Amino acid sequence: MENITNRPETTTSESASSRRSFLRVAGAAAVTGGLLTACSHADENYLIPSGSARAAGDTVKLPTGDVGILAFAYVLEQLEAAFYEMLLAKPYPNMSSADRQLWTDIRGHEIIHRELFKAALGGAVPTLTFNFSSIDFNDRAAVLIAAEAFEKTGVGAYNGAGKYIKDAGYLTLAGKIVSVETRHHSILRELQYPKSDAFAGPTIVTSDTGLHLAYEPTFVLPIAQKYILETIDASALVSSLA
Amino acid sequence: MNLQNLLSDIEKVDGEIFDRLAHVSRRGLFSSLTKKTIAAAAPAIMASALTKSYGQSSGLPQNVKDVLNYALTLEYLEYRFYDTANNLSMIPNDYKMAFEVIRRHEQVHVRLLKNVLGADAIPEPKFDFSAKGTFTDTFSNFQTFAAIAQTFEDTGVRAYKGQAANLQNAPAILQVALQIHATEAAHAANVRYIRGQKGWITGGTAAMQGLPSVVNGSYAGEDNVTQGGVNLVTALAGDNRITPAMIMEAFDEPLDKNTVVGIVTPFFA
Repeated sequence: MENITNRPETTTSESASSRRSFLRVAGAAAVTGGLLTACSHADENYLIPSGSARAAGDTVKLPTGDVGILAFAYVLEQLEAAFYEMLLAKPYPNMSSADRQLWTDIRGHEIIHRELFKAALGGAVPTLTFNFSSIDFNDRAAVLIAAEAFEKTGVGAYNGAGKYIKDAGYLTLAGKIVSVETRHHSILRELQYPKSDAFAGPTIVTSDTGLHLAYEPTFVLPIAQKYILETIDASALVSSLA
Repeated sequence: MNLQNLLSDIEKVDGEIFDRLAHVSRRGLFSSLTKKTIAAAAPAIMASALTKSYGQSSGLPQNVKDVLNYALTLEYLEYRFYDTANNLSMIPNDYKMAFEVIRRHEQVHVRLLKNVLGADAIPEPKFDFSAKGTFTDTFSNFQTFAAIAQTFEDTGVRAYKGQAANLQNAPAILQVALQIHATEAAHAANVRYIRGQKGWITGGTAAMQGLPSVVNGSYAGEDNVTQGGVNLVTALAGDNRITPAMIMEAFDEPLDKNTVVGIVTPFFA
């Protein structure tokens, strides 16, 4: 099916094995429980939470408290990484080398974020399935609009969720990531509107306070949900936040 | 294509968008958005929200006041730096808008922090933008100016990040600090881009950012590849899409207060 993950680049046995080796190393260091196992069937592209094979259309319940916030972040990082994987699997015509370098860098950053959360969560949230069929990957302008929107949502999500995190270490980790998402966003805005103040103009940073975006999780998830085939149920997470 | 829906969803929840839209429509940058009905919602101004949350600054915990005054010091530094350069012909026309919006943000950051701190706000110090003679052409050579700007912005990101945990007992202020932190990151990426650098920090030396070694301290530790106890170079070694440089770039590292004070002290007169 057009534009639907799981994910184009994972069709090589090389990256399938890389994922296993990551899990072997990182999974051991991560939260106990929720062991992930690579699917042993012919399709090695999927990672399935042990005990419950998951199909598109299932409901994924986010955990409560700090782990739920990490799970929320993992959903967003999966979305971003899958988008950039798709973008580079279906590059628009005449993609310049500068553009390709930019997308390759951002894709790398989002994959790294995703894999770190995956290791930390130990399978509390499965690998999700995405549908990007609403995005015209052949059109550079459309791709830029989509990427800018995803990064903007990510920045706002981290900025809005930070206050709910109880563990100082998790808060610091979220802080290390949000500024990189903001850097992505700033550069994408510059590409859309070169040599202007769009990177931090009044649609992004409020003029009279100098504050960048902040979104509540209840605002962010419906945006992400449009691209996710599984249903994300954040009701327990949201009621646990205080 | 559902991006239009995505944008309108953002508008529904982000109260400040109406304030932003007013500016945007004046500038005519996105004429398609000017037709939106924006009368219904009142802009939510964080400063007033903070006042509601905390009342007088005397109600703020001391650790929060300390963080805010530390942040205010850095904002004074940045604002005075950009304000001194404002309207100087050394800034190429292509970049005047960028540096003007950055200057305005630092100005309103100063104002916001002073408002929240009230009588506890420290006064503006005197600055020496030669950094005791290290930079001889700060306001006459755009390359020097932009290099210092990048250093300030990248350092500011790290400085705010280092204080997040100290604001956990004041959630509304923590959120404001995160939002200022993101603004600094947006500035940093653009200044880096103007200088021909990537928007993200690769490696732990000034040289890798096209900067002189005198500002090494601002980048020390940015070569970290271990996050949450996981060495990501090892963990992702089999994925040929991932380089060690990307792992360094993917996370901005915090700086503690003493380190930041050490970095900016040469800029105090």
